[in-house]
Amino acid sequence: MMKKLILSLSVSFAAALAAPAASAAGGGAVMDFSADYSNTASMQRGARNFMNYCAACHGLKYLRYSSIEKHLEIPRELIESELMFGTDNFNGHIETAMPPESAEWFGQQPPDLSLTARSRGADWIYSFLNTFYVDPEATTGYNNLQLKGAAMPHVLAELQGIVVKSKDEEAGDGHGGGHGGNHGLKLVQDGALSPEEYEAFTADLTNFLAFAAEPGKADRIALGWNVMFYLFLLFGLTYLLKREFWRDVH
Amino acid sequence: MAITPNPHNTTGFLGWIDDRFPLTKIWKDHVAEYYAPKNFNFWYYFGSLAMLVLVNQILTGIFLTMHYTPSAEDAFASVEYIMRDVPWGDTIRYLHSTGASAFFIVVYLHMFRALLYGSYRKPRELLWIFGCLIYLVLMAEAFAGYVLPWGQMSYWGAQVIISLFGAIPVIGPDLVIWIQGDYIPSDATLNRMFSLHVIALPFVLVGLVIAHLMALHEVGSNNPDGIEIKKNKDASGKPVDGIPFHPYYTVKDIMGATAFMIVFLGVAFFAPEGGGNFLEAPNFEPADPLQTPEHIVPVWYFGAFYAMLRAVPDKLGGVLVMGSAVAILFVLPWLDRSPVKSIRYKGIIVKTAVMIFAAVFLMLTYLGTKPASDIATLLARIGTIYYFAFFLLMPWYSKLDRTKPVPDRVTDH
Amino acid sequence: MSNEGVNTKRRRFLTLATGVVGAGGAAAAAVPFLASMAPSERAKALGAPVSVNVENLKPGQMLTTSWRGKPVWVVSRTPEMLDTLNKVSDELRDPKSEQPQQPAYAQNETRAIKPEKLVIIGVCTHLGCAPKYRPEKAPADLGSDWLGGFFCPCHGSKFDLAGRVYQGVPAPLNLPVPPHRYVSDNEILVGEDPKESA
Repeated sequence: MMKKLILSLSVSFAAALAAPAASAAGGGAVMDFSADYSNTASMQRGARNFMNYCAACHGLKYLRYSSIEKHLEIPRELIESELMFGTDNFNGHIETAMPPESAEWFGQQPPDLSLTARSRGADWIYSFLNTFYVDPEATTGYNNLQLKGAAMPHVLAELQGIVVKSKDEEAGDGHGGGHGGNHGLKLVQDGALSPEEYEAFTADLTNFLAFAAEPGKADRIALGWNVMFYLFLLFGLTYLLKREFWRDVH
Repeated sequence: MAITPNPHNTTGFLGWIDDRFPLTKIWKDHVAEYYAPKNFNFWYYFGSLAMLVLVNQILTGIFLTMHYTPSAEDAFASVEYIMRDVPWGDTIRYLHSTGASAFFIVVYLHMFRALLYGSYRKPRELLWIFGCLIYLVLMAEAFAGYVLPWGQMSYWGAQVIISLFGAIPVIGPDLVIWIQGDYIPSDATLNRMFSLHVIALPFVLVGLVIAHLMALHEVGSNNPDGIEIKKNKDASGKPVDGIPFHPYYTVKDIMGATAFMIVFLGVAFFAPEGGGNFLEAPNFEPADPLQTPEHIVPVWYFGAFYAMLRAVPDKLGGVLVMGSAVAILFVLPWLDRSPVKSIRYKGIIVKTAVMIFAAVFLMLTYLGTKPASDIATLLARIGTIYYFAFFLLMPWYSKLDRTKPVPDRVTDH
Repeated sequence: MSNEGVNTKRRRFLTLATGVVGAGGAAAAAVPFLASMAPSERAKALGAPVSVNVENLKPGQMLTTSWRGKPVWVVSRTPEMLDTLNKVSDELRDPKSEQPQQPAYAQNETRAIKPEKLVIIGVCTHLGCAPKYRPEKAPADLGSDWLGGFFCPCHGSKFDLAGRVYQGVPAPLNLPVPPHRYVSDNEILVGEDPKESA
């Protein structure tokens, strides 16, 4: 009886969970990637990468600098000297310096990235960062496999190098297209980073944005294990209690 | 019949209370001396679990309301404020959002139990109707709650659901504007959803739950054998197949509640998005009246009805079909003409019909949460026809069915 | 149904054990709800230390700033004003500042880190009104004994120029001194203790 109860509950929840999340996120990602919430070092590097390369245009308006200190174990002094712009408040949010008029420069205002890892997915961000390629017809000179006609210029081109897209899907070299697949992307001119370093760089950045989307996630999961431990203990007791009383019932 | 104060003749402080308020009487009538059949199986956990989830929703809801800002301007940010700035805010929010889905899972299983064992049959018709009303109010409550984070799915979900009222001839378009309080879903809409979600509907819900329980305790619980235990009493007037609710079912339900919490809190702590089904990804983008998300699909618990809506190639027709799908549940007690209550003693026709019905309902739920396609529409149409045929043809096939004899006593426990 | 052969001891033990473990869990479950009512990160951010520049504060003057939403006063006390502090001691409730209304580094005769600068929270310890700064001597409404201080218009509580409460008024305690430190000679950070004593 007990087994049946647990089984049926588990099955009903599992059925709900099993349905693929990809469709809910509005289209799948070109490349596979899952964020690593336990890799603090990667998220720390990602925070640095974000502030150096992204923060000029993109804000994280729901993330406080102080929660980087709290969750990513970066000392306050280091955050203030390395990550913050002079005028920012340590307890304040990571606001963008980009004025609303910027909408006219790019065709749209650079979006806030606080929740992108939850609304589009970490794999989407990673794919976006890894699938820029030269497209002479695009305004910025670059196009993107993940977001066709992206308004954003390829800010990381100096790091990645120059990637072209061949019509032949098989002609790619596997780099610039990343390990998720070969989409005809080929690195034709080296950047400041090797392809492997660039993938690691974007992985760090993606991990940091995944953190920014839910800073409390690692704590929540840690607490979850304690709760589970307690509940299994309580279940053992309630099971014995029930069995004891039900000896009466014939 | 006059009311006798303190019928159990208690003394002391308790006696003082019992002379003025039926404390001991309520305890004995509804718990300690409420006789329930001894053969409840695991399907009978879901009623008490629904109560548990209701308590969870009310409790977490009270605390979320302390921090949430009901305005189109600030609602989305206030949810992120709860998630990030309020101490334990994320835990409380996930308990509430996971609780919404858990509520429907538990209620669907509870309703299916009634369908299996004929718990809606005489004398439990009103009990069933109160239950259907709870389900109806729960859908309204869930819808209103889903609007509150004011993300893309909140906004467009509100847009689509409220537009359904536009299908009503003559008054439809004006009705939609009246419901919204604006020409599009807006601040006014959000605020009335907040009011309904936090005050009006919870009151109605709790009132209906009390009525549901009162009706249950008046007629007594059904059981997997569909036997009326009150028909077979011993010398002292207690049903021979009954056992006092307390302690037997209290300890059993506590055990069930603990098992349920393992699964429920497991989801709330480890996978609160429910794979994108409990918290949909596009809802992490603020509402934008100018940009519709690629796929607008309802939360999973409305999936079956949404699939039926989409299956009909006519706006008014679709709305009528969807409304009828809920309304037909209310008349179920009068559709079933089988001489027996429980599926255990029903014949092959009803058994098959019920099993296919369950499969069809799951299929419709799945289809409702997926983008429309030709094959999906075809399946949804077949499913919709089956759904209605199951109910509308029941008076005939339930009579034709070859039932088995029902024993005098309950069979196992 | 029968009660034969019931192991009462075991039954009691299991009931008690489940009750205790369950109550422990319920208590733990109450923590998130109660803790959620404590100040949020936003409230804490708004309550962060405030910097006050006192370069332009002339002797005898007072400036008001706000820390955690409460008025914080900085008074530049002249030597004459400081002299009054000894004279009124006998009329005060707590002349030696024994009640914990100030950090240890301000528990001295002048209730300040630097005697000439008083930093104090301007909320009356009676019922929370904002007292008025009355540095003048013997004004008509406060009587000829008045040597300067703070007067609360709500219920008539009086405080001296170190925020110490007089006897015979409704306010029970001295005005509180907030944690504060000098970042430089002319910059005070209200809300943070001095580095060495922190």
